[in-house]
Amino acid sequence: MSVTHPLPHDAARLHVTGEARYLDDIPAPAGTLHLAFGLSDIAHGRVLAMDLAPVRATPGVVAVLGPDDLDPMPDCSPSAHDEPLLAPGEISYCGQPLFLVIADSHLAARKAARRADLTSEDRPAILTIDQALAANSRFEDGPRIWERGDAAAAIAGAAHRVEGVIEIGGQEHFYLEGQAALALPQEGGDMVVHASTQHPSEIQHKVADALGLPMHAVRVEVRRMGGAFGGKESQGNALAIACALAARATGRPCRMRYDRDDDMVITGKRHDFRIRYRAGTDGEGRLEGVEFVQYTRCGWAQDLSLPVADRAMLHADNAYFLPAVRIESHRLKTHTQSATAFRGFGGPQGMVGIERVMDHIAHVLGRDPLEVRRINYYDSAPAGAEAGGLSAPRRSSGSAPPEGISAKKKTTTPYGMEVEDFILHEMTAALAERADYAARRAAVAEWNARHAVLKKGIALTPVKFGISFTLSHLNQAGALVHVYQDGSVHLNHGGTEMGQGLFQKVAQVAASAFGLPVGAVKITATDTGKVPNTSATAASSGSDMNGMAVKAACDEIRGRIAAHLAELHQTEPAEVHFADGRVFAGGNEMSFATAAKSAYEGRVSLSATGFYRTPGLSWDRIAGTGQPFFYFAYGAAASEVVIDTLTGENRILRTDILHDAGASLNPALDIGQIEGGFVQGAGWLTMEELVWDAKGRLSTHAPSTYKIPAVGDRPGIFNVALWDAPNPAETIYRSKAVGEPPFMLGISVLMALSDAVAACGPGYPALDAPATPERILAAIDRVRA
Amino acid sequence: MDIAFLLNGERVALTGVAPTATLLDWLRETRGLTGTKEACREGDCGACTVMVTDADGSRALNACILFLPQIHGKAIRTVEGLAAPDGRLHPVQEALIDHHGSQCGFCTPGFAVSMATAHKTGETDLDSALAGNLCRCTGYAPILRAAEAARHAPVPDWIEDDASFFLAEIPSGGADPQDRRGADSPPAFRPATVDALANWYDAHPDATLIAGATDVGLWVTKGLRDLGPVAFLSCCEDLKRIETTETEIRIGAGVTIARLLDLMRAHHPQFARMLTRFGSAQVRAAATLGGNIANGSPIGDSPPALIALGATLHLRKGDTRRALPLEDFFLEYRKQDRAPGEFVEAVTVPRQPDSLRCYKLSKRRDQDISAVLGCFNLTLRDGRIESARIAFGGMAGIPKSAGEVEAALIGRPFTEATLEAALPAFATDFQPMSDMRASAGYRLQAARNMLMRLWHESRNEPADIAEVAP
Repeated sequence: MSVTHPLPHDAARLHVTGEARYLDDIPAPAGTLHLAFGLSDIAHGRVLAMDLAPVRATPGVVAVLGPDDLDPMPDCSPSAHDEPLLAPGEISYCGQPLFLVIADSHLAARKAARRADLTSEDRPAILTIDQALAANSRFEDGPRIWERGDAAAAIAGAAHRVEGVIEIGGQEHFYLEGQAALALPQEGGDMVVHASTQHPSEIQHKVADALGLPMHAVRVEVRRMGGAFGGKESQGNALAIACALAARATGRPCRMRYDRDDDMVITGKRHDFRIRYRAGTDGEGRLEGVEFVQYTRCGWAQDLSLPVADRAMLHADNAYFLPAVRIESHRLKTHTQSATAFRGFGGPQGMVGIERVMDHIAHVLGRDPLEVRRINYYDSAPAGAEAGGLSAPRRSSGSAPPEGISAKKKTTTPYGMEVEDFILHEMTAALAERADYAARRAAVAEWNARHAVLKKGIALTPVKFGISFTLSHLNQAGALVHVYQDGSVHLNHGGTEMGQGLFQKVAQVAASAFGLPVGAVKITATDTGKVPNTSATAASSGSDMNGMAVKAACDEIRGRIAAHLAELHQTEPAEVHFADGRVFAGGNEMSFATAAKSAYEGRVSLSATGFYRTPGLSWDRIAGTGQPFFYFAYGAAASEVVIDTLTGENRILRTDILHDAGASLNPALDIGQIEGGFVQGAGWLTMEELVWDAKGRLSTHAPSTYKIPAVGDRPGIFNVALWDAPNPAETIYRSKAVGEPPFMLGISVLMALSDAVAACGPGYPALDAPATPERILAAIDRVRA
Repeated sequence: MDIAFLLNGERVALTGVAPTATLLDWLRETRGLTGTKEACREGDCGACTVMVTDADGSRALNACILFLPQIHGKAIRTVEGLAAPDGRLHPVQEALIDHHGSQCGFCTPGFAVSMATAHKTGETDLDSALAGNLCRCTGYAPILRAAEAARHAPVPDWIEDDASFFLAEIPSGGADPQDRRGADSPPAFRPATVDALANWYDAHPDATLIAGATDVGLWVTKGLRDLGPVAFLSCCEDLKRIETTETEIRIGAGVTIARLLDLMRAHHPQFARMLTRFGSAQVRAAATLGGNIANGSPIGDSPPALIALGATLHLRKGDTRRALPLEDFFLEYRKQDRAPGEFVEAVTVPRQPDSLRCYKLSKRRDQDISAVLGCFNLTLRDGRIESARIAFGGMAGIPKSAGEVEAALIGRPFTEATLEAALPAFATDFQPMSDMRASAGYRLQAARNMLMRLWHESRNEPADIAEVAP
């Protein structure tokens, strides 16, 4: 069986030879035109006059479109219809597209785009969380509030209380391949669009809307992306729409790619957060009540900010039972880039909030943070079972247990969903042993006692991440499988390949269904003409959903072949077996190719669609109650760091990870997601810093100023292992989603840095993120004060 | 301009090349070789890395900021040329597949070329060789595993061959001073000697001199500037000389940072160590000492170290030469004591016992511009500070000496109390700025703490995070 094999990425050979084609590598037809946006240079105001004559006069320019040339103005938003392709007079952020240049080369378009003569009225911009709160500038009428029990009373009655605030910076995706699209005009006004997107159906939808065409007139194709991480869920809409409009206007193919600086200035990033917290605990650090106020900077347009902020609320518990809890979420509208999806989708920020609380409680009580974490974990076992010493009944405190929550079973999330598959007690114990946590914690303390300049820190943090789109209807996927008469298999599904190895995993599923080697399966580009109405490849759901849809299609075809062969060889369809490229039917054995040819000649359809909808979901996002997730994915990481107390410079010495990918479809690809996710998460919380100046201009708009981890930033020792146990939920071959959850393993680094800073003095570090050298040095000063 | 080079083993001759056309654009748009990727167009990500071989050996360079005239007379290998013509993969390619070193694959061609270059040159410090290649997917671990796995495989014949045959065929020397790409185009000149450069530049004082193009390249790719007259210095062999006498080391302006690094290993190892964090392998192989000084950046990493060593700068205009202390060259932000038509010819560093300490501070350890670079050259005699030369980058609009701090140290005993007593002088010497790299307050605090680091190091107190074993 092909599943469970650690096969290389399907395109690995194409990657290493340079043959793999990304959007800008697609050979363009003769006469292809190139586009660039002219951008606003102020964050808020009005365009009073825009003289585009110098733009039009630039050599190579074919046409220039301003807002007045587009009626109606196309909308690029994935949600609220609040993103005009070009700013219609009102400027909402610095870097907003104002006009579109169509030229005969990429360079000519870029040059011309800088030549507009703009007169604009500069208005005061709302840039920060504080400014947005002062102006009550927000999406939705007011904050979303979810609560269970009386958190304030529980905190008031608790033996110990902590409170504080943490600032959590955003993050630039820095996909290596920037945003790009190519539109090819077809006969009759139809349009074919190639896009570097996680969401071909949305591109199709938005392009059709912009052109005033039914969706059937627009076909979108995506073979692969050079990285995406959520940044290509909605942020490619503008390029595809621009290319389609320009292609229709000129009758020529149109291509657009953002220069890196433009990409960073125009597109949305991870939401930055401020989280205020208050918590009350017993003498051991067991939570009795906790309150969070999450402030989310959403930028100028709504985009996906509401579900992102929802997911931050949904992960405010991470792995911990919160007996009484109140979560208040403010979705603030600012004159900055429209923050968007990014691996984890708000989950990481919510999780940092509760991990900070755990760290703070441990510091106040003088306990090992890992002990505090473990006594607050959810209980392992479902209702009725006790999970040993770690789940001692909650001590009675000032407040009674909220109604419906048994004091003995700590398995209910703040949103009312039961955690029925909690495995972090066992995983944590196993990781602590593998990482030699206790001995190393002692060694760190010993080092810190002996050394003045360099201090070490260590932390072990868990991840529990909910799998499913919280917008329940998105949890569906389709597939299209053809078996040709020579036995070769053509595979298509709604998922997109952005490097995560989805195509290979799904091909392994298809190959397994037919008992074929994976090489017999041709992986083809995602195409809205083959599988319609797809969801974005996002929420870690790609292999869960598309794997199931592909299996359904393959099982259907296999069933037809089996029925045909059973009739031919006078046996039962259930007695027809497919293995090792052979088919066994009633004592007969033949190659799969022979079986396929026989079925073809028997006039049996060898093509089928497959469909999957995730079962059992129900979710009320306003009330904050229901079953938003199909299951949870788990992980834990132990990181040790060293900091330089003279400058705040720091380094990850060692990281050990144990991560739950269920029964892995492909352990090599899953470990790749875990290693990469961890480093990306650690980068977010350490060196990756977005800086806007006082006028709302992004100062960090290129890799010269925005630093993602480089090779030397990986942990000095880096051990990653899979927690190899089947998913209790009925997923494809009992595997688990693995795209986003490992990202949050990076939180262990922030907590280890906090531990190291805490070694410098008696105060609590209250370390903000990203923990740059400068923030670490400031925190050292704080704890010493 | 007319140029000739070897591309993946095949001879290419081009005429009428626009002087500031980049190799990357030519490969992708003209030649249709799209394996080499553009991801930043400023030399910071390595997705466009190509292998360049000439008489000095092989090195990895960023094609996005490499102008075509710079590759005249050299052999270029792109990712398409790593495998044999019959499809046999290079060992690093095989290893990348076997060790799952690619995910999205967009950075992979650049990694493969950097890895193949390190493999060919025998470079064993892979962290250094790959610091200029960014990957957003893998977390690097599998790429390192692949590089380790391929290390001992022999260099394939087709890669080895580059060094042998092109030099005989392609003259690598200079071009006619009248070389123009057309009557309407500004002059573009490729001198073979410093004398030819001096004469031409004197006559074209508005010209831009291009050595490694790691800075000027961005004027074109990001600034979208038309440079006007240009001269390419890559064929000026006499500008690349290093001469060591009993009293001084004379380093030609055309010496690359990579060669400066090698040179300093023997004389001032801490300078060399700091230079391992100067740009990336690709940048160090292209960037020159002259360029790092003459661009006048307040955050260039070589000037503070050279100032602390008491270096002298040698300028030339036509046949006229003058010399001045390096620190006097920097007047104010991006303004230097340099006349039109005058250029940096060399730097001399007095021979001295090594006591130089260089502390580079940046958000990311590798390939990041310094927030603060502190260079300390203190000599002690009988427990007293006999001399002190201290210079900083990132603390002012120019690379600058810490005169007040020096004065507070010289003649006093080398004690913690002396160093602490000198700390207030930093605020007299420097009023740094706040920007996206660091705040003014942090810069000042870190600079002071760098002085204290000298004390800790003198007590053998571990003070370098890079030295801590995991």
